[in-house]
Formats: sequence, C-alpha cells, structure tokens
Amino acid sequence: MLFFWFLQNNDDLRNLSLSGHVGFDSLPDQLVNKSTSQGFCFNILCVGETGIGKSTLMDTLFNTKFESEPATHNEPGVRLKARSYELQESNVRLKLTIVDTVGFGDQINKDDSYKPIVEYIDAQFEAYLQEELKIKRSLFNYHDTRIHACLYFIAPTGHSLKSLDLVTMKKLDSKVNIIPIIAKADTIAKNELHKFKSKIMSELVSNGVQIYQFPTDEETVAEINATMSVHLPFAVVGSTEEVKIGNKMAKARQYPWGVVQVENENHCDFVKLREMLIRVNMEDLREQTHTRHYELYRRCKLEEMGFKDTDPDSKPFSLQETYEAKRNEFLGELQKKEDEMRQMFVMRVKEKEAELKEAEKDLHEKFDHLKRTHQEEKKKVEDKKKELEEELSNFQKKKAAAQLLQSQAQQAGSQQTKKDKDKKK
Amino acid sequence: MFKGSVESKNEAAMSELVPEPRQKPVVPMKPVGINTSLLGYIGIDTIIEQMRKKTMKTGFDFNIMVVGQSGLGKSTLVNTLFKSQVSRKSSGWNREEKIPKTVEIKAIGHVIEEGGVKMKLTVIDTPGFGDQINNENCWEPIEKYINEQYEKFLKEEVNIARKKRIPDTRVHCCLYFISPTGHSLRPLDLEFMKHLSKVVNIIPVIAKADTMTLEEKTEFKQRVRKELEVNGIEFYPQKEFDEDLEDKTENDKIRQESMPFAVVGSDKEYQVNGKRVLGRKTPWGIIEVENLNHCEFALLRDFVIRTHLQDLKEVTHNIHYETYRAKRLNDNGGLPPMTVETEENHESNL
Repeated sequence: MLFFWFLQNNDDLRNLSLSGHVGFDSLPDQLVNKSTSQGFCFNILCVGETGIGKSTLMDTLFNTKFESEPATHNEPGVRLKARSYELQESNVRLKLTIVDTVGFGDQINKDDSYKPIVEYIDAQFEAYLQEELKIKRSLFNYHDTRIHACLYFIAPTGHSLKSLDLVTMKKLDSKVNIIPIIAKADTIAKNELHKFKSKIMSELVSNGVQIYQFPTDEETVAEINATMSVHLPFAVVGSTEEVKIGNKMAKARQYPWGVVQVENENHCDFVKLREMLIRVNMEDLREQTHTRHYELYRRCKLEEMGFKDTDPDSKPFSLQETYEAKRNEFLGELQKKEDEMRQMFVMRVKEKEAELKEAEKDLHEKFDHLKRTHQEEKKKVEDKKKELEEELSNFQKKKAAAQLLQSQAQQAGSQQTKKDKDKKK
Repeated sequence: MFKGSVESKNEAAMSELVPEPRQKPVVPMKPVGINTSLLGYIGIDTIIEQMRKKTMKTGFDFNIMVVGQSGLGKSTLVNTLFKSQVSRKSSGWNREEKIPKTVEIKAIGHVIEEGGVKMKLTVIDTPGFGDQINNENCWEPIEKYINEQYEKFLKEEVNIARKKRIPDTRVHCCLYFISPTGHSLRPLDLEFMKHLSKVVNIIPVIAKADTMTLEEKTEFKQRVRKELEVNGIEFYPQKEFDEDLEDKTENDKIRQESMPFAVVGSDKEYQVNGKRVLGRKTPWGIIEVENLNHCEFALLRDFVIRTHLQDLKEVTHNIHYETYRAKRLNDNGGLPPMTVETEENHESNL
C-alpha cells in the first residue's frame, strides 16, 4: 500500500490566530508541575586552596551547617569529596551536591593538581553517557551528578592570579561553567579591590579562559545579568555567625575595628553571587551544562570510540551500519579472546598431561628399581640361608662322625680294659 | 566489561586477557534532608520561574493525529479544539472531496500563540482510513508513519554532533473516532486500536454524539469501555503509567466514567441567551458544543489541552519512544540473540 505525507517546512508554517481561548497557555505550568514533583538536581564544585573558606561560603549560601571537618594541609594529593543534601523550600525539592577539592594547593609539586578535578567532571559525564547509550534506559528519573557550576576561589593576594589558578581554570573552562570569586574579601581594602578585579579579568581574557557568561538574551534577565557581570569576580565573605546590628541579627564577621556584614552590598558581593548563582541563573547553568559541556564531551568520546557521522566520502553512515559494524567488531574481539583462552587452556592441559606422564614414568621406574632391589636382597638372603644350611648339615655330619669315633674309641677302650682285667686274673 | 561470563582456570593468565575494569566514578553520599524554611530564605523556589521563562522562550511542539472513517467530523472537531482553521480541509490543501483509494497520511503544521506561549501544532490527518470495501491492514500505513517519526528522532539523537533541540515530529496523541452506532465497536475499530495502542497514545472519541440521547450515550459508552477492556486495549491514560496515588485516582475517574468522550464539533457561532456560542443549529434546538449538558467536548478539550498535554508528550517520549528505541537497538545486527545480560553489556560498551 502506497502512502505519502506532506510536511511543510518551518518557513511555510502558517501563523494562525485563535478565535477564542483554547487553554494551552497552561503548558508551562503543566511542565513545571511535573518537574516539581520529581525534584531538581544542582551540583556545585568548589575549587580552591585549603582554608580559603569554601565550606563556610556554602554554609552561608544555603543558610545551613553542612557538617564537615576542616581539612588538614598534609594531603598527599588532590582528592574530591562529594556530599549530597536534600533541601526543600515551599514545594520545591532540591537535591544539592557539593563537591570539594581537598588538598588543592597544598603540595610542593602542583603539576598534577588539576587532574583529579578533570577526571571527576569527566566521570560524571561518562556516567550520564553510559546511561544514555543503554538499550533499556531510564533518563527521566536519572539522578544527574554532572557539575552545573564551578566556583573558583581566588586567594585575596591583591596582586594577580597565581599560575596554578590560570592552569587549572584553563583546563576546566571547556568542561564546566566557571564562576570566579575572590575569597575572604574582607582582607582587601576597597580601592585595592577594584584594581585586583580588573587585573584578574584582564589576565583571564589574555589567557583565553572562558568563564561562564550570564545570559543576556532574554529581556527579563538581560538587564540584571549585564549589571552583575561588571562586578566579576565577586568578592565574597562568608559567615554563619550572627551579630546584632542595630536591632536585627545579621550574618557578619566581628573585628575589633568593625563588623563586616555578609549581606550588605557595600561590604561585599555575597548578595550578588547568591542572586546570580541561585535566584536568576540556576536553570541556565543546568541547561548550559547539558547542551554545551555534556554535548562536547559526548562528541569527543564518541569520536574517540570510532563513531563517525559521515565517512571520508561525506556520505552519512546509517545508524544501523555504524552499530552493526561496532557490534561485529566487538564480537570479533570477543571471539578472538575466547579462541586465545581456549588455546591457552589446551596448551596448559597438554603441559599438565606431559608433566603427569613424566611423573608416572618416574614412579614406574622407581617401582621397578625397588622391585629389583628387593629381589636381589631376597636372593642374597636365600643364598645365605643355603649356605647356613649347608654348614649346619656339615656340622651335623661332623658331629655325627665325631660321636661315632668317640663311641668307637670308648668301645675300644672298654675292650682293652676288659682284656687287661682278664690278664690280671 | 566482562561480567563473569567466562570461568577462569588460572587467574594469572586471565589478567592478561581481561581488560582493566572501568573505574567507577565517585558517587556522592546518600542525601541528608534539610528543611531550609527554618533558617532563612535562599531562593531555590525561583527555579520554577526560571524554568517557566525558558520554556516559554523555546516554545512547544504538539502533534495530534486524527483517525476515523470519512464523514465522522474529524476536521471540524480539530478546528473546534484549537479554535482556528487547523485541519487539512481548511488549509486549502486538497479541495477535492474524492475519497482516496488508499490510506494517506497528511500532516499540516501551524504556529499558534496564546498568553505568550507559542505552540507549533501539527495535525496529521488520515483520509481513506476505513473507507475501502476491503479494509484489511489499513492501519499499517499509520503504524508505519508513527514508527518513521520515532526513527527520525532516534537518528537525530544518535548523531555525534546533534542539534540543540531535536525537532519532534512524533505523534503525541491519536484521536480515534468511533461511529455512533449505539451498538458496539466495529471489528475495524478493535483491530486498529489493538495494534496502535502499543505504539501511540490513543484517545477514543465518539463522534457526532448529537445523534444519541443521554441514556443511549451512557449505555454505548459502557459497552465500548467493556469491549475495550475485554480485548485488552489500553487507551490513554494507561493504567500502568500512573505515577502516584493522586494521578491514579484522577485518571481512574476519567477512565471509568468519562471516556470515551462523546463529542460534537462545530466552528459556527450562534446567539444563545445573549451569548455567542459555538453550536449546531437544528429545527429542534441549538446544540451548544461547549455546554457540558449537551456533549463532552469541553471535557475532551480540558483533558487533552489544559491538563494532560505535557503528560501526553512525556508518555510518548519516555515510554513509547523508549520501547521503539530498545527494540530497534536489540534487533540490530541480525545476529542470534545471546543472553540478555551479555547483550546489554555489549551495547552499553559501544
């Protein structure tokens, strides 16, 4: 049966006007309701030296005390520690994962410091890719562990970026959304801060580091994003302790010379960071991770594995061909391995057999040898026995002969005595 | 990679042949629940607004297919549903009223906007279905079309460099029009729904419901529901995909009482009680399309558009499409099937 379909291009789509209320304006609500019931995932990676204030800042951002012990400075290498929390605000459930870099910047040789971080990020992409490639997959309730935002903590030296910072950020910028922040900003004076920020931004630009760009394509957020971008990198101060200011309690750090208020925009950029990270761009961060960073990883990985969209002649491979080719290749490898194993097995069996045969032969020889020895011994014993018997019989004969002689001698003696007696008479 | 499918006689030898197991990525700890309302406002709930803004910007796709014999009012109903001339007949495409000799599939796309929400609506018509003398296998072209859309999507998804947003032409909803005979379903109806309920969301509707009285309507609906159940036909919303208790009770009510919706369609307006309403004018009165006492069009509209549109798309994507994909990837290669586990390992390692 023949069938054919006409589908007009996007350009030919007719724009129709509605003559009444249809009701699909509730679509965004329908979509959002679904997501709300499932809950959202958000994963933050904090990169920075030990003691720079990563844990405190997280506590301050999320208004809670995530239990953790401060790390020591003796770590032999950088390792990543991930902790997950479930936060709930009104009817929104957030599965928050905070990943910490323990031991970053502590070693004498920091050449490989960035490696564990890159490996972790790639591992999360890999896990998602594996799920996506499965035959029976469940992507809609997959717990997304991919890093959505990377807060890079810059030490408040007041001069410029450290080379470790540049190297690490360069390695990470194509894999994750980087938001640079200046930590412990209360150690820098206002005028120095401005110079410091400019220096950092120009260094980032001249080294080609791609940090996260707050989106300016949608009217409602374009303005606020543009205004905030000017203040990058955000100079933050974290604190979970509250100090009485006026008649309110506020998060602050108390010094002999004054109180640094965390949520005061004149004192630090904490409020800006919170706005940008959570209240305005959280969804965009998630989307960028999925559509840009993950897609790049996936593309590289698949190309690495030998998949291609088009062959050298630019003819598109069909899905079937590619999969079939890969599958055959893989099965071929399996077959080869199986054969190899079989051969090895056969060889070993042969060897063992030969060994056993040898042993058997040895045993036989030993047995024969023993048997012979035994027989020889037996013969010897028999010979000796014969000898002995001969001797014995000889002895008996001698004995018998001797007795005979004796008795003869006695008889002759007694006859003589008789004769003597007769003579005397 | 090798999940213990070969016995090892000698471990030393094996380690040369078996590749290093892939490193398991660091898995975060089990989440600890923290209620933040006690400690101060963070702003997590703004993500809902952020998400809403994003979806409004990207817009939505919706593809609806109408299947039924000629003259059951399919085009009119679709026009009424979307309050505009979306059907094949109205788009000036094929003015001839000749019934085609075979089943044809005609898809027309429109862009409609309401309340800032842009929707790309595609109406897929199937003229010629059930109109022949011999209607054997007339659902095959339809099934083929639906599978082709899945195939298209799959091809895009498997590309290495893939589009940011894969164009979605998959059929999200299929309205099947039942003739209002008042007796029972026809064999063609049963055959179609049996075959297609496994690949697409089917919503059966009783067409031209103004030919039945209220009692006839209730009885007919009961009989149809029974017949569908007896034949094992799962129409949308399918029982097995109810996510939670709330969904289940809501959907149970729809499944057992309202469906199949007995509808009347019209794109003409009349004056009733001082209001302009969509209706059909007859010598014995005006049938108001959106009046729940007259017919169930409003229920159908609310069900498909206002409450379950997103769910229709999600069931299509998460279940029907995934089923197609799994089958497609399993059938690939044409090699004799090995044990399921090894199969999965192979594919997941591609």
